[in-house]
Amino acid sequence: MEQALTASPAVEFNGVSLGFDGKTVLEGISFRLEHGETKVILGASGSGKSVLLKLTMGLLQPDGGRIFVLGEEITGRSEEDLLPIRQQIGMVFQEGALFDSLTVGENVGYAFGRMPEVAPEEADRRVREALRFVELEHTLELYPSELSGGMRRRVAIARALVSNPRIMLYDSPTAGLDPITAQHIVALVIKQRDLSGVSSLLVTHRLQDAFEMAGFYYDGAGGKLMPAFDGAQGHDTRTRFLVLREGEIAFHGALQELIAQPDPYLQKFLA
Amino acid sequence: MGLLNDIAKERVLAVQEFTTLGARAFRNVFRTPHYAVDIVRQMDFIGVGSLPIVILTGFFTGAVLALQMSKTLTTFGETSLTGQLVMLSLVRELGPVLTSLMVAGRNSSGIASELGSMVVSEQIDAMRALGTDPGKKLVTPRLVATVVMLPMLTIIADFMGLLGGFATSFFFIRLNPSQYWYSAYHALEMEDVFQGLLKPFVFAFIVALVGCYYGLTTRGGTEGVGRATTQAVVAASVMILISDFFLTKIILAVLG
Repeated sequence: MEQALTASPAVEFNGVSLGFDGKTVLEGISFRLEHGETKVILGASGSGKSVLLKLTMGLLQPDGGRIFVLGEEITGRSEEDLLPIRQQIGMVFQEGALFDSLTVGENVGYAFGRMPEVAPEEADRRVREALRFVELEHTLELYPSELSGGMRRRVAIARALVSNPRIMLYDSPTAGLDPITAQHIVALVIKQRDLSGVSSLLVTHRLQDAFEMAGFYYDGAGGKLMPAFDGAQGHDTRTRFLVLREGEIAFHGALQELIAQPDPYLQKFLA
Repeated sequence: MGLLNDIAKERVLAVQEFTTLGARAFRNVFRTPHYAVDIVRQMDFIGVGSLPIVILTGFFTGAVLALQMSKTLTTFGETSLTGQLVMLSLVRELGPVLTSLMVAGRNSSGIASELGSMVVSEQIDAMRALGTDPGKKLVTPRLVATVVMLPMLTIIADFMGLLGGFATSFFFIRLNPSQYWYSAYHALEMEDVFQGLLKPFVFAFIVALVGCYYGLTTRGGTEGVGRATTQAVVAASVMILISDFFLTKIILAVLG
């Protein structure tokens, strides 16, 4: 079983299609996200990027095709049956989607409410650890309304990673933020990727986020981001790109291949 | 024709979704996990929070009823029956319906806007992603709280209405207090009490589920939240008035 899990990719889409109100949102999407790999999803607004993440989480069910997460098919599963899979996925929503009526600490520790095997002391320790990771341990007792936009995103990251997921899904984590805060968020995403070896799907509008994901890695010893291609020495960040155009895959590959593409639609993203 | 078909399909689908939501919420009452803290919080919000408007509505409805009744009863020289008429009108009909309409105005809209905001800010999706069933966490506690609190609020409204009727009959009609209370008390029968408590019990399902339904089906950002809120109040009010007619018809047919 364990062997089967490692042999199968973290996420696999096989001819997935979905439409709303007669309008096609995704059409025949097929790709694999390997273990430890990061897939940056680019595309114009309405091209189906966020929908793709929600399908991976089982929040939406496709009209056609099959989706596999950690070797298990999730298409057609009930909410109850999806629970074990969802516990292995962390998702950062576009605006953070923190619960307004709960404190930061309660938000981050929310998942433990459905994990009776985790003792309250252990849950508290992990909540503090996750908040320390995003440098917001001091906000434990605050409410989301008392935080800035950037802080809310960081709390959302802490909430997603607190249960040590094997897959992370980021839905435009830097959208609407100033460049400095956005860079801080991307640095956290890179740090999480390189410290835990988690597989990630990252949706973004900002090309600089994508380039940073591919071009930098987190140096644990130095405690900072380092360029992946520094002189002769190269560090594979295992970051690939997937560009969506009107619900279909327009490009799938590495950064260098993307840059070399003559397609005007793809060139628009690189301009 | 195609447009008519689409509208008809949309309506049928809405009825189906509403029924499914209600059935699930009811089934979840008997399934774990039970969110006791949320139920108590909702009871406080729906029950205690609605007290001021229910007290005011009940009191002035009773007061105006006594005023209108006494005018008619004076013609027949029967002003002593004011208490009886106020009591029966309130307990059988006006208490349950007006209380439910007031609670619908306050809580169906409140529930729809709260859940609608959670939908557009993806909090519902986040809840599902974190392994919580929004039906169990959000719908069932609101349903249970409304079902428990609405009959109680109706009893309070009935009592306040009687007090309002008494105030009018004592200060304006100059009726003997014991005459008012005697005729009111002796007019009441078990059937009236049964009818007066069955109605808010049924209306509670409408108030809670309509609010939840419109909230959870909100589309289109903040504008959609506003639309859902208005639709919830209108739909809940209309459904209460329509179901009141059929409920009364059934009760009268059964009890004779």
